[in-house]
Amino acid sequence: METIKINDLACNDLPWKISYDPNRCTLCGSCIAACTFDAIGPKMERRRMIFTDSETPEPKTRFSAQPIIAQRNVIKNFCRGCGVCERVCPNSAISASRNPDSRFNVVYPAATGSGPKRGGRNNLEVKERTLDTLRVGRISQMTDPSLDAQRHTFDCLAPLGRVLPSKALPFQQSAEGKLIQDSQTPPVHWIYPVIIGDMSIGALSWRMWEAIAMAVAYLNEECGLPVRMCSGEGGMPVRLLKSKYLKYMILQIASGHFGWNRIIQAMPDMVEDPAGVLIKIGQGAKPGDGGLLMAAKVAEHIQAIRGVPRTDLLSPPNHQGLYSIEESVQKMFLSFNAAFKFRVPVAIKVAASATSVSVFNNLVRDPYNIVGGFFLDGIDGGTGAAHDISLDHSGHPSVSKLRDCYLAAVAQGRQGQIPLWAAGGLGKNGNLAADAFKMMCLGANGVFTGKLILQLAGCLGNDLGRCNACNTGLCPAGITTQEPVLAKRLDPERVAENIVNYFLGMDMELRKLMAPIGNSALPIGRSDCLISTDKAVADRLQVQYVC
Amino acid sequence: MCRIGALKSRHYMHPSKALLLMQSQQKGHDNSGFAMVMQDLGGIFEDYKHLPTLSLACTDEGLKIAEDLLHAKGFRRVHQWVPETNPQPGLDIEAMPNYVFETFDYPKEYQDASDKEKGELLTDTRLELRAAMEEDEKGFAYSFWPDVITLKEIGDPRAIGTYFNLWEPNEDFTAKVITAQCRQNTNYAIVRYAAHPFFLQGYTALANGENTFYQKNKEFQSSLHRGYIGFESDSQCFLYSLHYVHKELGWPLPYYKHVVTPLPFEDLVKREDKAQLLAMRQSLAHLEINGPNTIIGVLPDNTMFTCCDAKKLRPVVVGRDEDTVAISSEVCGINEVLPDRNWEVDIYPNEREIVVIDDNLEVKRWKQ
Repeated sequence: METIKINDLACNDLPWKISYDPNRCTLCGSCIAACTFDAIGPKMERRRMIFTDSETPEPKTRFSAQPIIAQRNVIKNFCRGCGVCERVCPNSAISASRNPDSRFNVVYPAATGSGPKRGGRNNLEVKERTLDTLRVGRISQMTDPSLDAQRHTFDCLAPLGRVLPSKALPFQQSAEGKLIQDSQTPPVHWIYPVIIGDMSIGALSWRMWEAIAMAVAYLNEECGLPVRMCSGEGGMPVRLLKSKYLKYMILQIASGHFGWNRIIQAMPDMVEDPAGVLIKIGQGAKPGDGGLLMAAKVAEHIQAIRGVPRTDLLSPPNHQGLYSIEESVQKMFLSFNAAFKFRVPVAIKVAASATSVSVFNNLVRDPYNIVGGFFLDGIDGGTGAAHDISLDHSGHPSVSKLRDCYLAAVAQGRQGQIPLWAAGGLGKNGNLAADAFKMMCLGANGVFTGKLILQLAGCLGNDLGRCNACNTGLCPAGITTQEPVLAKRLDPERVAENIVNYFLGMDMELRKLMAPIGNSALPIGRSDCLISTDKAVADRLQVQYVC
Repeated sequence: MCRIGALKSRHYMHPSKALLLMQSQQKGHDNSGFAMVMQDLGGIFEDYKHLPTLSLACTDEGLKIAEDLLHAKGFRRVHQWVPETNPQPGLDIEAMPNYVFETFDYPKEYQDASDKEKGELLTDTRLELRAAMEEDEKGFAYSFWPDVITLKEIGDPRAIGTYFNLWEPNEDFTAKVITAQCRQNTNYAIVRYAAHPFFLQGYTALANGENTFYQKNKEFQSSLHRGYIGFESDSQCFLYSLHYVHKELGWPLPYYKHVVTPLPFEDLVKREDKAQLLAMRQSLAHLEINGPNTIIGVLPDNTMFTCCDAKKLRPVVVGRDEDTVAISSEVCGINEVLPDRNWEVDIYPNEREIVVIDDNLEVKRWKQ
């Protein structure tokens, strides 16, 4: 008997196992060709066959070598469960199934000396979200009639920019009794309350990025929805910077400062101002860790945009040169405000954490009136790549922190002065309108979302650990890869169409929720509309408890 | 649905006229209460227009607390009127033991103070009175302001009228501006403070309808001014917004409408003054109101106005003759008090309009 080498890797150590039926397989090779991870490959198997060649049974044994498809037990090529093999198999001969007895978290670090990394999804804690315990419970009835979602007009716009307290507005009264403005106020843009979250052009394939940009332009110019898109760290193509479409883009500068060189160089040639500048201090899905763009994804055009060689690119968790809130305000807000001559709102994005309310409180008291928005991001979101340990074991959900920030503003009578935008797993269940509505009732002026956009594009991953290979550059859907062959799997026009359709549907659904509570404007801070069947959630968020 | 009404006249009117205005709209009352604010007073108060009058409903203990407090602050009583009540058996009224309308002279150190300083003193005093009498409902201080009287009571409006002898006109108890509501609030527990009209520093507001933005209005207003308290009714917010926009910010009245029911963005951006309107909408987003309502308001100079929600979901009509202008939820009310007027010129204000009646009784319609 062969000696067992117990420490050798076996397929049943891996998180996913391939189920294969050789009787159905025609060996067409589609699955092997389609598997971007090389997790399966051809293999010869020795088969024993019993047969008889006489009229009375005289069983004989024959051995033959037969080609089959088999899972590879190589740690680098572990199956991600994306299911592309099953999709392409014409005969339903192959599929991937979850291996509940996986030893992956043990064998991977033991073999590689480093922790596993993956595309960012919240896998460890898959349970009912806080938002799902909330319902819109105040239904207008006879005293305050509900509105007709199809007939009435609704104002669905949210501010991005520093809103002055009313007593600070520079108004003078004219002789005719009209108010006239006698000095400049900080720029505020009224935009659609759902922003497409910051995903960088390095993280996404250029086709995916182009698809989002196309969808945003279409939503603005054909559908009348002023949706904005955030660039993510890493800059954007110079051609776009110099185009009229820049006005739909929020430029992000993050801790790696990637891409800003090009942005600054393009400034003299810009024909439009960007919709805003977002300074990323922290990210919710991997707080305390940086975005991890593996060298595998740093294609030539990414190198050009970011001005870096082909190497792993880590956006540090925060701006390493800034050690205080005052310093960050002074150094960054002022400089980026000034760069665009105070015409562009500059907002800040932080990770939901125990300290986010302190940061918000500090900013709300900012005497320079230059903080144009507070973006709060929580653990349930995230599409980028990071270490498993960060994704699974650090971070904070955003709902209660958003509520804390809003109530902190209420306590100071400063609600709305720094618009609150929140994200982190919104639209995770496919219904972004409901999530956005609830977040607004809890105090958000608007929300931003990224992961849902990937799902609209056909992302195969899920929150139960399927796929999550955004970091490898091998995205089987062509969404988070820079490999031309893989990117070609994505049809940008179809993706754009999906996004546009989704937004149009969501817009109607938002009205469908505003109508029954009798609101023709966004329900910011209307926590009285929400109820929770969970006492702890109700108490924590200060909404009505029902049972 | 609440019924509200307001009268403004060249001549002094007795509150029987307000009761008459409201009575024909009786089907809209739930007989839970009656309340009114009289401004620009005549009769026995005419000589004391420059001095503040305290409107109080209280127990004996409450009265003592109030008088001690006012005395301690240096107020000197110069006039008192206690309405003769008519406690017949069978009247539907939950009366308080005492109803007191007392006019005071300012403390000595305030004799030369500015109107603003005097106003702040009166506001602080009323808030202190309210707080001092709050426990066990020892008393209710509705208003403490020159030339203003407030009466609020729980019960059937007709019975309340009978109890206070308000059905019989006389020359003693009159005013040129009377606002009234024949109903308690329905959204919250019944407390006397909750009945419209609401009053603060010369501003009066009453409303027919609901305010679905109550929560955000309240959360915001609570930190804007010490006088913005109570919130016993969702429509109290309308008064505070009026006071804030007109008095605290000093903006002309037309902007009140822009704050409470801002223009839709698509209309707003077409306006010449879009920068100002946008800035207002941004900064005062939490004063916006939603939900069906009609507001009637009175300013310190006795200008009266009415406006509606942005979708015109609640009724209101303005009618007038030579000497009187009446605003009412329903036209039947005006028919009662101004039967001989020209009905053709009645105004049914729309969702983007403020109808303003100035002190010369000139009626203006302002488009938002």
